Amino acid sequence: MSEQKERASQNNPDTRAQALARLLLRPARGSVWQAILLPVLAVFTALVIGALVIVFTDLQVLNLYKDFFSAPGKALAASWKSIASAYSALFKGSIGNPAEFAKAISVLRATGDAAPLRQAFWPISESLVTSVPYIFAGLAVALGFQCGLFNIGAEGQIFIGALASVYVGYSIKGLPQYIHLPLAFLTGAAAAGLWAAVAGVLKAKTGAHEVINTIMMNYIAFLLSDWLLNGPMKRPGYSPISPAIQDSAWLPKFFPDPLRFHAGFFVALGIAAVVYWLLFKTTIGFEIRSVGANPDAARYAGISVTRNFVLAMFLSGALAGMAGANEVLGVNHQLASAFSSGYGFDSIALALLGKSHPVGVVLAALLFGTLRSGATRMQSLAGVPIDIISILQALVIIFIAAPAIIRWLYRLRLEREVGETVFTRGWGQ
Amino acid sequence: MAVAARNAELVIARRRHIGTGIFFLLVALLILVFFVRTTPAGLDTAFGLNPGRATTAVKLPDLVLPSLPSLWFLAAVCAFLGGWQIAKGSRSTGWALGVVAFAFVAAFLIWAARGKSMNLVGMLSSSLLRAIPIALGAFCGILCERAAVINIAIEGMMLTAAFVAAWIGSITHNLWIALMAAMLSSAFLAAILAVLSIKFKVDQIVSGTVINIFATGLTSYLSAKFLQVYQNLNNPGIFKPISLPLLSRIPIIGPVFFEHNIIVYITFLLLILIHVMLFYTRWGLRTRAVGEHPKAADTLGVNVFRTRYINVILGGLVAGIGGAFFTIGSVGRFDEVMTAGKGFIGLAAMIFGKWTPFGAFGSSIIFGFADSLQTKLQILQVPIPSEFLLMAPYLVTMVVLAGVIGRAVPPAADGQPYEKQ
Repeated sequence: MSEQKERASQNNPDTRAQALARLLLRPARGSVWQAILLPVLAVFTALVIGALVIVFTDLQVLNLYKDFFSAPGKALAASWKSIASAYSALFKGSIGNPAEFAKAISVLRATGDAAPLRQAFWPISESLVTSVPYIFAGLAVALGFQCGLFNIGAEGQIFIGALASVYVGYSIKGLPQYIHLPLAFLTGAAAAGLWAAVAGVLKAKTGAHEVINTIMMNYIAFLLSDWLLNGPMKRPGYSPISPAIQDSAWLPKFFPDPLRFHAGFFVALGIAAVVYWLLFKTTIGFEIRSVGANPDAARYAGISVTRNFVLAMFLSGALAGMAGANEVLGVNHQLASAFSSGYGFDSIALALLGKSHPVGVVLAALLFGTLRSGATRMQSLAGVPIDIISILQALVIIFIAAPAIIRWLYRLRLEREVGETVFTRGWGQ
Repeated sequence: MAVAARNAELVIARRRHIGTGIFFLLVALLILVFFVRTTPAGLDTAFGLNPGRATTAVKLPDLVLPSLPSLWFLAAVCAFLGGWQIAKGSRSTGWALGVVAFAFVAAFLIWAARGKSMNLVGMLSSSLLRAIPIALGAFCGILCERAAVINIAIEGMMLTAAFVAAWIGSITHNLWIALMAAMLSSAFLAAILAVLSIKFKVDQIVSGTVINIFATGLTSYLSAKFLQVYQNLNNPGIFKPISLPLLSRIPIIGPVFFEHNIIVYITFLLLILIHVMLFYTRWGLRTRAVGEHPKAADTLGVNVFRTRYINVILGGLVAGIGGAFFTIGSVGRFDEVMTAGKGFIGLAAMIFGKWTPFGAFGSSIIFGFADSLQTKLQILQVPIPSEFLLMAPYLVTMVVLAGVIGRAVPPAADGQPYEKQ
């Protein structure tokens, strides 16, 4: 280590700073086609392997494979049926059933009753509703990546954000909506930001790796929320649920039930735009990205690495907190324990898939939201446990992180990535 | 430049002394505010020194301490050490930190059991049991990181091994086959980690996280699909405790260390084995060379890639034993996400133990102790919500990492992929 540092300091720092600037300011190379091809192939390959998992854990199908050599057609047909029923349930559960749309429109024409149409739109509304926390949480992880920080604590930060905003939501009464709603939302963001900043401070001051600290803080956040929901924040009754928030803290809805689509979606898109502007059009963003690209060069260029670690962790946590606030203010309107069920963990895969770029994150979040809300349906209709989504995510990350596998699988010649973020700098340097 | 660096080091060391001194004073203050203030005079704390079943050769009398004077004494010790650190600054703060930590824990126990009796031997024995998976995880970390591969996938490996042990154990009704299968499954994940980080040079934190997500997803998926549906697939049975002859009859030490199941003894063996292998054999020398200076090792004819592959897979085998302990070593059933961060705590134990087997084992016991507080203290009806007691191991991990890192030096090439030139 010391030898490497010496060698690094012998290099001319000026050229290194210039190289850093070139790296950050370089125009996007390669065609758009190439930038899209890899993620698309990664998702496709993951779905194919997921299909294999579905088939080989289906006992009925496996039994048919015993007679594979006498009746191969039967086994193959059953496999195909198993995959098709799972993935078509996934599609119907996430986008909707085309037949149902057609019927609903004819009902609307004939009787003027819009209820079936709303029912037909329900899956897509659910997909969008599920995408919203993914957008926030994905942006959180992506912003951390841009600063070279690996924030695995998004899940805990979501809980902290939700706790803070539900508290503001139910305890303050009599405020007009235009004050109460932003107040509740921003309190959630700020609380989660401060929570995450602890890991940033620890990294900056002591070098303790943020991966372990944010994971430990996840567990602490879950236990804290358990305690609050069983004690100080519990509503009268038996179950560990907070009181319902005031109507003035609700994110506005646009359609009658059962459509849960709410204004949080547009807030999320707005925040994504703000993150883009912050990262790529301001000095703050430039500093954050410089530290992420090469902390030593950034330090030489006069950028405070420690301050940027803390700032980036704060912003990252605040974005994750918005995911929690959004769920409370837009969807649940109260807080029950274990409400998030993994948005924070999924967002790691999502940020990698979106190449840590806000636009990519929004697209990846839409995909993940669709997959997840479809997977719920897949679990009930086709008996495929929802955890298949985690398996798909892990595969997607592998293929994105090791593009060589995809290149080898599809015999592609893709351009080698330059300036990829590096998280592994040992423990505490 | 060397002089300037030396001066800077001195300034940092001085600042660190004052920092530790203030920390020790804070601990003293904590003892005064939380424990002394809430303890009425005249109470005694009794610590039981015999196991529940009397198997030791001699029956010891309970250790009875007057609660309030003992607390005052412990607070005074912490305050004195704090003042000493600020005024003089001892060169090795390690022992002082140890004394203060011990004083705080002792004060906590004396306070928690004031006016009552607590079985200290039972507490220590359960600490050791809870330390076992953490220690095995830490050993896995040591094997990998001594060869410069950071392994944060220990959690996922242990989870998979726990699942496989429960599943294979239920099918074969043979715990040894279950243990072997668990080790192999974990080693398989380790091999994936090795290929990703050594061959494909994927960022090791990313590849580790991938394996964690994959393991969580796969075990939860298979558990929901099979173990929860067919309950007899999730009933492997457990290794029964074995009392070692003679050793288990030593007072205090016997019941704490030598009345456990075979996995605990395997851990003791591995502790010694890894220590000897790492520091006294050719394999160990090569491993450490690859971890410190791979290029030099390569030049001298050590196969860097092969060493790393072997070590990571060996680490996977060890983590597999730790995973099996969760199911066939303790509760005899697999639950989703049952490892609950023990793999990560194992990494912290490895760092705290400065990448040595004995250090890692010692720190695992500390984490195990923090982990066992919750169950033991609920019996005493301590007025602390159980959630906060459950936080203890995670908080201790954070404090330990913050306090120790920077002073503990990892293998120099830790986390860096090697490119052959």
